[in-house]
Amino acid sequence: MADKSVKLTIDGKEIEVEPDIYILEAAERLGIWIPTLCNYRGLTPFGVCRMCTVEVARGTRVRLVTSCNHPVSDGLVVRTNTERVRTARRILVELLCARHGKVGVIKRLAENVGVTKPRFGEGDEPCILCGLCVRACDEMAKANAIGFAQRGTDKIVTTPYHEESETCINCGACAKVCPTGAIYIEGAQELRHDELALGPNAAIAVPTMQAVPNVPRLDADACLHFTTGGCGICATNCPAKAIDYEMQDKEIEVKAGTVVVATGFQVFDPSVAEQYGYGRLPNVITSLEFERLSNAAGPTGGKILLRNGTPPASVAILHCIGSRDEHYHRYCSRVCCMYSLKFAHLVHEKLGARVYQLYIDMRTFGKGYEEFYDRLLKEGALFIRGKGAEVTPGVPGGAEAGKLVVKCEDTLAGVQRRIPVDMVVLSVALEARSDAREVERLFNLCRSEDGFFLEQHPKLAPVETTTDGVFLAGCCQSPKDIPDTVAQGGAAASQALSLILRGETTLSGACAEVNPDLCSGCRVCNELCPYSAISYDAEKKVSAVNESLCKACGTCVAACPSGAIKGKHFTKEQILAEIEGVLR
Amino acid sequence: MSQDFEPVIVGFLCNWCSYTGADLAGTSRSRYPPNLRIIRVMCSGRVEPAFVLKALREGADGVLVAGCHPGDCHYQEGNYKTMRRMALLGPLLDQFGIERARVRLEWISASEAGRFVEVVKEMTSRIKALGPLRLGHAQDAEPIAEKLAPA
Repeated sequence: MADKSVKLTIDGKEIEVEPDIYILEAAERLGIWIPTLCNYRGLTPFGVCRMCTVEVARGTRVRLVTSCNHPVSDGLVVRTNTERVRTARRILVELLCARHGKVGVIKRLAENVGVTKPRFGEGDEPCILCGLCVRACDEMAKANAIGFAQRGTDKIVTTPYHEESETCINCGACAKVCPTGAIYIEGAQELRHDELALGPNAAIAVPTMQAVPNVPRLDADACLHFTTGGCGICATNCPAKAIDYEMQDKEIEVKAGTVVVATGFQVFDPSVAEQYGYGRLPNVITSLEFERLSNAAGPTGGKILLRNGTPPASVAILHCIGSRDEHYHRYCSRVCCMYSLKFAHLVHEKLGARVYQLYIDMRTFGKGYEEFYDRLLKEGALFIRGKGAEVTPGVPGGAEAGKLVVKCEDTLAGVQRRIPVDMVVLSVALEARSDAREVERLFNLCRSEDGFFLEQHPKLAPVETTTDGVFLAGCCQSPKDIPDTVAQGGAAASQALSLILRGETTLSGACAEVNPDLCSGCRVCNELCPYSAISYDAEKKVSAVNESLCKACGTCVAACPSGAIKGKHFTKEQILAEIEGVLR
Repeated sequence: MSQDFEPVIVGFLCNWCSYTGADLAGTSRSRYPPNLRIIRVMCSGRVEPAFVLKALREGADGVLVAGCHPGDCHYQEGNYKTMRRMALLGPLLDQFGIERARVRLEWISASEAGRFVEVVKEMTSRIKALGPLRLGHAQDAEPIAEKLAPA
C-alpha cells in the first residue's frame, strides 16, 4: 500500500483500511449492513438516496453523513444504528414511499427499517431517481445516452430531447443496474432463450461447469470494457485482483515426445435438411440444445421450456438426423439412440409429457442399455419405427394450431402418421470436425472416408496412428459414447506412457545409407530429404545420412544419380528381384 | 487379339496410403481383377523410373504407381517427386514405342478402397483393350528389350 492506512471505529469495532475508500465499504468489510439504493460498487458514489446515512463523531462533534461518499479518516468513530440514524432513515423511507411505496425494493426497505404505515401515502412511480442508470451509461458504457432532465418534482431520467438516442449501444447496463426494474430491455426474455445453445451469455462467465481450468473467461467482443473502454466492474469487484485486461492470446510451445490427439467432434447442422425446419421453426431444437435446457446449470436451470417459456405437453424425438442418411453421413453415430432414450426419460420425469421416439432401428448395444430401453417402454414412451420425414407448423385455426406437426411413416403399422407436438428434438449426427483436415496434416495422420482419423489397425493397433508416437482417443477417431471414450483415452495414455517411461526409442532398421565410395558429392539428395537427414561433409566431399532422422521413404535412393544410396530393406536389388518374382 | 487375354500389371504402392487402401479393399471383401501384382514401397518417391521399365521388360503389360494424395504424403513431399519423375518418364516411353496409357500414376488414400478397386478395374480393362505389350514390334524385339535392361 502506497499511502498509510487509517484506523477507524465502526459500531465499536476497529478496522484498518486504505485511506481512499468510503465508510460504506469499510462497514461492508466488517459485515455491518447499511441500507442503500443509489450505491453500486464500481460506480462513483452519488449520495442521493441518503439511505446510507450514519452518524460520525470526531471529538465532541457528532453529525449525520451519507456513508457511501464520506471518506474514512484516522480516528473516525462511526455509529450506524443509533436512534438518531434509525429515525432519519425512517423519515427518508417514508418520503420515498410517498412516490414509490408500491415498488418492491422500497417496500422491502420500508419493512427493514420498521416503517409499517408511511404517513405520506404510497405512490407507484417505479423510477426512484437513484441515478445508477445515468452513471452506468456514463462510466460503464461511455455512451452518455441518458441523463437527468428538468428540476425538482419534474426531474426524470431520459434521453436528450426525449428522442431515440443515437449514442445508445444497446448494452443493457442501465437495465442491469436499475434496482426497481424501471428500465428494461424490450424482448430481453426472448433474447435469452435464443442463446440457450450458446451457454452463459454474460461477457464474463465460466464457459461450462466442466471447463478446465474452471475459471471465468472474458469475451472481448461482448465486453463493455473492450468495446467502450469503460465499465471494468469485474476488475473492481474481484477480491483476488485476478482480472487482467491487458492479457493477450499466447501461443505456447510445448516440447513433447508423444501426442494424444483427442480433438473430438462437432454436431451435424440440421438447418441444411430444410424439411425439419431447424432454424425456421422456433421449437425445433437439436439434441445438444435440449441437453443445455435440461442441464441444472443451464440457462433455464434445468427446466424444459418452449420458446415462449411454457413447458411442452408433447415432445417428438427424431433419430438419425444426418446419420444413416445417404445425403449426409452414411455411418451410424452410435450414441443417439441411447441419449434419445435418456431425453425421453427426462421429459417423462420432469414434465410427465407425452414423448414420441421416431427411430429407424433401436441400437441399444452396450452394457445395461437394452435394460434401459425396456424400462422406457414400460414408462410409456411411444416408439414409432420410421424416420421423421418432415416437420411443419400446424394449420392456424385448426386442431393443430400452434403445434408442430411431424410427418412419418409408421413402418410397423404400415400407415402414414401426422403427430402434433409442442417440441421437436433432432438427434443430430456426430461428425468429424471441420478443421480435422488441418490436424490431419499437422500430425501426418490419415482419415477414413467418413472424415474421422484412421487408426493404424482396427483390431491390432486401435489407438496408434501411422505416425510414431501419435495416438488417438475419443470421437476424433469415430463416434463413440463416454465409456468407450474413457477406455480409449486410457489406452492411448498408457501407450504414450510406455514410450515415455522407456526413455529411449527403437529405430526402424529401414533407413538410407550412403556409400561414400560411390557418392560423387552432387548433393541432389540433400535438397530432396524432407527431414534434413542428409548432410554434406565438405571435407570428405560426400553426403551422409543421419540414421536417427531418416524415416526411410527412399526418395533419395531413387534420385541418387550415382546409385550411391542404399535404402535398407528396400534396396534396388530387392525391388528388382521382387519385380522378377511377381512376373515369373 | 484373343478375347481371353489377361494382362499382367505391376503396381508400386506406397506403404501409408495406397497399400493401406488396397488392404482395406481386401478386408472389406471388395472384388477387383486379379491382374494387379503389388510391390510395396515405403513411399511412391522410392519408385525409380528404371523399376517401371524393368517391370515392362520382364513381361508386365502395364505398371501402376500409386501414392498419397498431393499434400498428404506421409513423408511430406515424396509424392511430388514421383509426379515429376513420372512426367519425365512419358517421353521415354514414347521413344520405346510403349503406349503411355500402360503406365499410370494414381493418388489413392488409405481410406479409398473403393477408388483403388475402380482404378484396378479400369486399368485392367484399358490394358486389355490395348493388348499385350510387344516390345520393338516383332523383328527387332530382342534388341530393344536389351536396351531396356536397367544398368
